[in-house]
Amino acid sequence: MMTSEKITFYIDEIECTATQGQSILEAADENGVYIPRLCHQPDLLPGGSCRVCTVSANGRNQAACTTPVANDMIIENGSEEILDLRRAVIEMLFIEGNHYCPMCERSGNCELQAIAYRLKILAPRFPFMFPSRKLDATHPGIFIDGNRCIQCGRCVRAAQQIDKKPILGFIGRGGAVRIKASSTEGLKGVDISPDDACVKACPVGAIIVKDTAYRKPIGERMFDKQPIGSEIEARRTS
Amino acid sequence: MTAMDTKTLAGEIKAIANTEDNRRTRLINVVRKVQLSYGHVSQEMVGMIAEALGIERVEVEGVVSFYHFLSGKPVGRFPVYLNTSAVSEMMGMSEVADAFEKAAGIRFGETSGDGLFSLQYTSCIGMNDQEPAALVGGVPFTSLTAERATEIITALKSGNTPAELVEKYGYGDGNNANELVRSMVNNNLRKRGDILFGERENGAAIRKAVAMTPDEVITEVKTSKLRGRGGAGFPTGMKWDFCRRAESEKHFVFCNADEGEPGTFTNRVMLTEIPDLVFEGMTVAGYAIGSHKGILYLREEYIYLLEYLEDVLEKRRQAGLLGKAVAGRKGFDFDIRIQPGAGAYICGEESALINSSEGKRGEPRDRPPFPVVSGYMGHPTLVNNVETLAAAARVIEQGGEWFASYGSGESSGTKLLSISGDCQKPGVYELPMGMTVRVALQVVGAQDAAAVQVGGPSGTFIGEEHFDRKICYDDLGTGGAMMVFGPRRDILETVLNFARFFEDESCGWCVPCRVGTGLMHAKIKKIMAGNGTRTDLEEMESWGRSIAAASRCGLGQSAANPELTTLANFRKVYEERIKEDEYLTGFDLERAVEDACEATGRTAIHE
Repeated sequence: MMTSEKITFYIDEIECTATQGQSILEAADENGVYIPRLCHQPDLLPGGSCRVCTVSANGRNQAACTTPVANDMIIENGSEEILDLRRAVIEMLFIEGNHYCPMCERSGNCELQAIAYRLKILAPRFPFMFPSRKLDATHPGIFIDGNRCIQCGRCVRAAQQIDKKPILGFIGRGGAVRIKASSTEGLKGVDISPDDACVKACPVGAIIVKDTAYRKPIGERMFDKQPIGSEIEARRTS
Repeated sequence: MTAMDTKTLAGEIKAIANTEDNRRTRLINVVRKVQLSYGHVSQEMVGMIAEALGIERVEVEGVVSFYHFLSGKPVGRFPVYLNTSAVSEMMGMSEVADAFEKAAGIRFGETSGDGLFSLQYTSCIGMNDQEPAALVGGVPFTSLTAERATEIITALKSGNTPAELVEKYGYGDGNNANELVRSMVNNNLRKRGDILFGERENGAAIRKAVAMTPDEVITEVKTSKLRGRGGAGFPTGMKWDFCRRAESEKHFVFCNADEGEPGTFTNRVMLTEIPDLVFEGMTVAGYAIGSHKGILYLREEYIYLLEYLEDVLEKRRQAGLLGKAVAGRKGFDFDIRIQPGAGAYICGEESALINSSEGKRGEPRDRPPFPVVSGYMGHPTLVNNVETLAAAARVIEQGGEWFASYGSGESSGTKLLSISGDCQKPGVYELPMGMTVRVALQVVGAQDAAAVQVGGPSGTFIGEEHFDRKICYDDLGTGGAMMVFGPRRDILETVLNFARFFEDESCGWCVPCRVGTGLMHAKIKKIMAGNGTRTDLEEMESWGRSIAAASRCGLGQSAANPELTTLANFRKVYEERIKEDEYLTGFDLERAVEDACEATGRTAIHE
């Protein structure tokens, strides 16, 4: 069998090992190298939509989550060019939606915000779009706030792949793409509960479980003490 | 709706789903039929379709809201889709649009109260050689004028059908007059080359192929050095080889007839005049890769050719060129079906085209795996352009060496060019690969061209200093589009048109394309409004490069080309439009209060 074959590759000159068939992102994680990502979640098939994990692989820009790692591959993860590209993508997400971090329930636990901090983004270079987005608050326990949705599709994939009930989907095209519950009544009309993987999959403040906000004080939230990705970097022994 | 109506409707929708065997993979076909029958796919119908196919309603809604020609709100009995391509604008689109609005008594985006008309804009419908053009009730009307637009609306109001009107205006040349086409479209086929339009006999390529082994067929295609005619230029023989070698119980051949790149209309003419050659190419490819099923993905804009193409297929079945034991070769069974699209430029991307053919939203897939390994329904799938397949048939018929004797270097054979814009003879030309832009301009009668756009919005904008460049894979690549701009045209108008096109056509899956196309569109609008600065030009270049570098598929990767290639080749045009300040407010107070000033009879106070 060829599948368990070990290969060697390099990220920013760090020698890493991987198993044939792994994505660059999976392999980097195992080697304790953090590649920022938003639409990727380890227990879901990759979506390749946010492009935050873009790296230069053998000189070509590729999404690390969907590109298989190859033997002797040379990967740039921390070059100024790649970092700028990532900042641009993150900034696009901020200006595309309405992200009111100061009062957002997810603040401190939000992956978008955490990556922005980690990449040292101060203000977006792009003009804000101030879109009009919808709120689906029909469900007694859960709501979807389109203002804060980044269309990463983690909830859609989690519903399909983990919860095994495709109750969420994408509608629209281009800038009008939105997440929608599969019912004329909104979230109320679908079989969804706070424990579902699709609810937990949201990296931002778009899918929120009601009556759970602001429980953790500032200082104890997920990314208060260490930047996002630290847990992956902690895997690096050498 | 009353309960009884609902029940009737549900029964009808169920019957429609039944015509597609209630297959989820035929969702596009089902919603298209519903759209045609009821003028829209309402929320109620979405639910009924979902039930009939056993899927979630959001999947149906996702599809309906993705494609241009599907609509959640009622369109008119005669929906008007006016082409907004750059050449259409140049040829007087806005006067035609005004006439349509006036005659129908509604604005674009609206449906008339009597339910007769709806007016909508749509991206290029493949008629750039006879603009302005529109689809009215699914029927193409070309070379429109304001008078003609008024006449069409008036006639339809008084009970005429689009078909009757077309008959009155006269059918186009060649097979456009065929009783199954009956279209006023003209081929404008102005140069027939030896390869695609040379003398040939039906079935010759297939008979020759089946006398060879599949490997020999592939070797012959490799010898020809034929490369993909859609623009990307991947070696065709190699693609066939990859697909053949991918192990699976089934293999599929797709013919990509979704030419959505504005300014491209070569597929239209090929499917009208030489569909047999295209089907022949698909069949040869099927034999080479070990496939039994071919699918022609036909863009909705060319659906007026459907009945005619189905008839061509039927005749080929009768002639033993499709079906069981094709051309008498035992074991080689091959048939072709036509998959209609529903309006989406992105579906010209091969993996998006496959998703669409599976009844999904036309979003591209991540690669790897490549379609040749895992494509349609997870099986190895060969997707080739219409022209590529036709050329491949000729390669097998006449030999790879013969084919390679045409063209130049790594760009063998001929290329069909669809040339439009400011030229005397817009139309389709089969010219040898490697000819210069200047030669092409002479051929079409455009000696005074100031700028040429090669390859459509995703291609390159060049000025006179580049007219000696060659049209081939190593220099200026094109899927066929070539638009000519005379000395009095405003290049930025075209850039604006292209920027809007990309924003409209982005599928929305990946962030840089979804957001970036809107940002670029806003920038060019800002510059054209006279509010641009040097900083805006710098930002356009830098943002454009980021969008290209981070986007997932070819659409996003080339979406900034209109700005980037004009900033490189026509910088002066921008410089003349900007102000020298480093920053400038994008908000013009005087203009914002203009209406209020007029209404109140006061003038704004200046400092």
